[in-house]
Amino acid sequence: MGYTRRDLDIWSECVARALTMAGVSREDIIQVAYGYGLFTGGLGAHGGAEKLGATVVPMSTGNTKKLTTMMVDFGVTAIACTPSYLLHIAETLEENGEVDKIKLKTAVCGAEPWTENMRRQIEDRLHIHAHDIYGLSEIMGPGVACDCECHTGLHVYDDHFLPEIISPETLEPVADGETGELVFTTITKEGLPLLRYRTRDLTSITHEVCGCGRTLPRISRFKGRSDDMLIIRGVNVFPSQIEAALLEMGETTPHYRMIVDRVNNLDTLEVQVEVGEKFFSDEIRELEKLSTKIGHVIQQAIGLAVKVKLVEPKSIERSMGKAVHVIDNRKLV
Amino acid sequence: MFIKQLSVFVENREGRLKDVLEVIKNNGVNIISLSLADTNEFGMLRLLVNKPETAYEALKRNGFSSRLTDVMAVKLSHKVGMLQELLETICDEHINIEYMYALATGKDDASIVFKTSDLVLAEKVLRGKGVEIVKPEEIGLDFE
Repeated sequence: MGYTRRDLDIWSECVARALTMAGVSREDIIQVAYGYGLFTGGLGAHGGAEKLGATVVPMSTGNTKKLTTMMVDFGVTAIACTPSYLLHIAETLEENGEVDKIKLKTAVCGAEPWTENMRRQIEDRLHIHAHDIYGLSEIMGPGVACDCECHTGLHVYDDHFLPEIISPETLEPVADGETGELVFTTITKEGLPLLRYRTRDLTSITHEVCGCGRTLPRISRFKGRSDDMLIIRGVNVFPSQIEAALLEMGETTPHYRMIVDRVNNLDTLEVQVEVGEKFFSDEIRELEKLSTKIGHVIQQAIGLAVKVKLVEPKSIERSMGKAVHVIDNRKLV
Repeated sequence: MFIKQLSVFVENREGRLKDVLEVIKNNGVNIISLSLADTNEFGMLRLLVNKPETAYEALKRNGFSSRLTDVMAVKLSHKVGMLQELLETICDEHINIEYMYALATGKDDASIVFKTSDLVLAEKVLRGKGVEIVKPEEIGLDFE
């Protein structure tokens, strides 16, 4: 992506606003645990935190043990990373008995869709406030929108990016409150101005004044992307539906993986779920009951029968960036 | 007089059983008896070991789902119908057996391990019938 000097200033300004909205100030020590390579997450969060005047620990990803050690040693008070990575960090802190030793109070998470339940779980496990930050490299990077303490949608900085919601099928605008594809027009961008850029991200918009008093338009929590939607046996399935169902049931860890395949021209969906220690029983019929229940809950959520496979804790690969929830082995001939 | 049994969730995957046993070995824990139940999807390894707490903590550190469960072991002499009679006593009290496996076989007697829906009641009725209940230290469990 190409940025002019002014583009970079505006980017930092937007991220600084988002951090402020999440309660971060110049008094804070913020760990940036997005990748710093060819990814706008790390650089964007870094620039915004510096603009704010906060102390930045440019952690990047790659070494979770070092991250948690520095979090404790430096008394880190805020973190920016993907929500799935933050869950992994929480696990590591719990394993090492360090949850009580951290001074963390805020997390600003983004770069992948997550659910309200997952947000609450992160808050409960780490005793912090977690905020959803949104952005995309084509428009700028993180900091296009962020949610405030009311958590009733993400405020879009529409003095720089004009949001519209359209129907992905007809490409016509939809009314406030209706779900559709988010489209942006940049207002101040110099390096790469875009007109009605289709994000593929599915959401809805409201122009009502928020409980926090801000008048910026708000987009709702993302329902997924129009292109990470799976079509299984003709049914539209979003991985986030499975995550929401599992978290709502509350008897598994939030880590899951969907394996989609095609056997004899019929799509199959296997959902692998980790058996956390809390939910482990030494009686096989209890585990089978759990597996059946998970299958039932998922079927209720997506309208498709699935095969549930219980797997060992931590056997589903933890991601430091965007979590890989779907393995699609279907070969369409 | 219950015995602490260690149960471990094992995926049906090559090498997983070996991995569990490796953790146990590396922590200096000896296996006294075991039973392995398998289903389509996963296996359940139930172990009696000399140091159940040590083994449990070690497995937990290594990311395995495991737990400690109270089970009971009884000694039965080598006579036809001993196990059947034992079960009759248990069934009369409407106690359900969750699972059962052999512990050890000697020249004169054999021992079995089992978990029931009500261990306390099972122990009481078996004692009443004069059944010999195996003490943890008899089969080599250490005090931890």
